[in-house]
Amino acid sequence: MSTNVGIVIVSHSPDVASGTADMVRQMVGDEVPLAHCGGDPSGGLGTSVEAILAAIEQVWSDRGVAILVDLGGAETNSEMAIEMLPEERQGRIVICNAPIVEGAVMAATESSSGASLEAVRATAEEYSHV
Amino acid sequence: MTFDDAFTKALIARVSQTVIAHAEELTRLDQAIGDGDHGINMKRGFEAVLGEADSLAAKPLPEALKAAGMQLVMKVGGASGPLYGTLFMTLGKELPEAPDLEDAEKALGAAISAVMARGKSKAGQKTMLDVLVPVHERLSAGGEDLLFELSDAADSAAEATVPMKAEKGRASFLGDRSIGHMDPGARSSALILRAVCQAIGECR
Repeated sequence: MSTNVGIVIVSHSPDVASGTADMVRQMVGDEVPLAHCGGDPSGGLGTSVEAILAAIEQVWSDRGVAILVDLGGAETNSEMAIEMLPEERQGRIVICNAPIVEGAVMAATESSSGASLEAVRATAEEYSHV
Repeated sequence: MTFDDAFTKALIARVSQTVIAHAEELTRLDQAIGDGDHGINMKRGFEAVLGEADSLAAKPLPEALKAAGMQLVMKVGGASGPLYGTLFMTLGKELPEAPDLEDAEKALGAAISAVMARGKSKAGQKTMLDVLVPVHERLSAGGEDLLFELSDAADSAAEATVPMKAEKGRASFLGDRSIGHMDPGARSSALILRAVCQAIGECR
């Protein structure tokens, strides 16, 4: 299991989600557990609780998981997914209030240095106040 | 009335078929002020619920509601999945196996609070809550012909979202331009409430 905070990217668009993940990989590298999901349960634009749960599972780290979302439904579905997990995990997952692309890169950069979940979140969210 | 398999099955069929039949209308409303996917999302969710009708109907009413809510969470895809999922799952948590009017009033109140928390919203923001809250108030008031009155209250409440300005969801990005359109979530809530009243009316 990785000692770094995991990053999950949740977009309405599968292309935006995978493109954002590509940027993170290229700019930050492979030391950060990274998963992405996009699209509704039939493959159209939207988000899926099931896919979000799978992405969280894929990057799970005891250090925690930071989620980056795009528009409204992505956040609501991510909150729903978190609540469906066991309680001991719920407190170790945060949704960052940051733009999805910039936030994901900032969060991953911070995570790659071994930072705590709170530091990862703060760094991603700082970006939106610059 | 008896809360048996036949009632649960009729309830599921009524509600699901109503939503599915109105999918295009809901999408049209959502194209005007949202992202145009409410009809297709709700249709996908309720088709999944309808597909499970037999196994859901074999459960006690509260368990059936919880399972239907979970289907909506997993299948709908938009924000309406968690919102309607939360509504049904909370009703399932709060209702006894054979609820009376008082149980229904209490459970709907709890479900509305849960939807408010999930959507970080309240009545007056041009959402499904603008139908659920007035209908709950009408239910609390009680009286004659309640099923008819509740369906009517739901339709009028959905109509009353037309002049409202959206403060939640994608429609809120439109600001004043959201005025003059019925909220799609208010419409789907009114449709569901009318279908529930019909199912109860038919089974008494």
